[in-house]
Amino acid sequence: MKIELTPQQCERRAAFRAFVDKHIVPVAQQVDRDECVPRSLICEVARQGYLGANVPAKFGGTGMDMITFGILHEEFGRGCSSMRSLLTVHSMVAFALMRFGSVALQQRWLPKLARGEVIGAFALTEPEAGSDAASITSTACPITDVDGYGNGDGFVLTGCKRWITFGQLADVFLTFAKLNGTTAMFLVPRDTPRLTVIPINGMSGTRGSMLAELRFDGCRLPADCLVQKPSLVSGASLSTVLDLGRYSVACGSVGIAQACLEASVQHAYQRKQFGVLLNEHQLIGRMLTDMMTNIRAARLLCYQAGYLKTIGDPRAPVETLVAKYFASTAAVKIANDAIQIHGAIGLSESLPLHRYLRDSKVAEIIEGSTQIQQLLIAQHAMLDV
Amino acid sequence: MDTNEMKTRIRTFLGRTIRNQQVADDQDIFAAGFVNSLFAMQLVLFVEREFAFAVSNDDLVIDNFRTINAITHLVQRSILLAIA
Repeated sequence: MKIELTPQQCERRAAFRAFVDKHIVPVAQQVDRDECVPRSLICEVARQGYLGANVPAKFGGTGMDMITFGILHEEFGRGCSSMRSLLTVHSMVAFALMRFGSVALQQRWLPKLARGEVIGAFALTEPEAGSDAASITSTACPITDVDGYGNGDGFVLTGCKRWITFGQLADVFLTFAKLNGTTAMFLVPRDTPRLTVIPINGMSGTRGSMLAELRFDGCRLPADCLVQKPSLVSGASLSTVLDLGRYSVACGSVGIAQACLEASVQHAYQRKQFGVLLNEHQLIGRMLTDMMTNIRAARLLCYQAGYLKTIGDPRAPVETLVAKYFASTAAVKIANDAIQIHGAIGLSESLPLHRYLRDSKVAEIIEGSTQIQQLLIAQHAMLDV
Repeated sequence: MDTNEMKTRIRTFLGRTIRNQQVADDQDIFAAGFVNSLFAMQLVLFVEREFAFAVSNDDLVIDNFRTINAITHLVQRSILLAIA
């Protein structure tokens, strides 16, 4: 057994870190304030090939192994969770196409997604269907006259999606809807007639992730928009795509926690109270110790999940649940402690600490809430006996 | 690898989750309520890793995973296709 990154993975981490420090950290506070990410930044991210991180080279992607992919998401999470969430949903769309899409769909969309010419978003959640994803009410009805002129088979899509990350910006939506009673997956271009995109503002966490509500008011879709017909067992394809999102959020949570630790160490080693540096106060030292320990544990869980994904091991989905559960809950605690160590200035706009706390809370909710992780992990407890 | 060896490997994998119950070769694991969406996902990963082939998109249908016999047939068919 050997637990260390390869030299290439170390090099990639250094490159990701340098990129995030140069391009993302300087604008992260502004992204949070303005509730949007600049197009120029997305273009820069695309130029680096980061939007095609999980797309194979034959489709123009960079085809990273899943540990390297996780490191990328950790580093983005360290800089700005909104930018990390762009990587999350975009890579989920690409992954769904690779795993379930037809060759024609892959050839049409993957090169554009990999180059960032097209931004993808994941449209699952509805006003009345969050954790209970099987209860979505968006419906796709098969029709034989999709263009209204007697040509072609297709679907009519009706329904509403809410809290859709980067819905304001995305060019295509991986949309889940009921087809003959079970969940199917469609790729819906933004310019589809009768699709309305309504921005959602005023969120407290990942404020720059440009949420939107999508209203499909009888949208006519050609047959080739269907990525995956209902198959296997209801929700299996959805779980497969969500699994990647969970991994991304787990890694991003490690990044938030790392940013909190770096800020806290810097502060505790500079500021004096009662005549000694903060880090020499034992209660502060304990908080730093817990931060370090939990970050290392969370990162190792992410590496473990990433490794199992890379080799296609069937244990990967459960290890991803564990990693996401641990990392997101640890990040909330660590962000909370980071503010505590800083005192009043931790709550001021001059520092990003309260952004870290707000963003870490989001990680506990998206791609399966903490409670959903707990329920699912418990179902597999027998595997460890 | 012969058919019996394949079935044994599949049965062993199923046994890790479906404890205390013997799964017959022709028993419908979906109808029996053994399979949720997460386990279905693990089952696909298991088949791909254990027998070293990628399940094609067209083969990701419930009938190919319904029984140990069906999974064995899928594996044999896919391996033959890969060799061809």
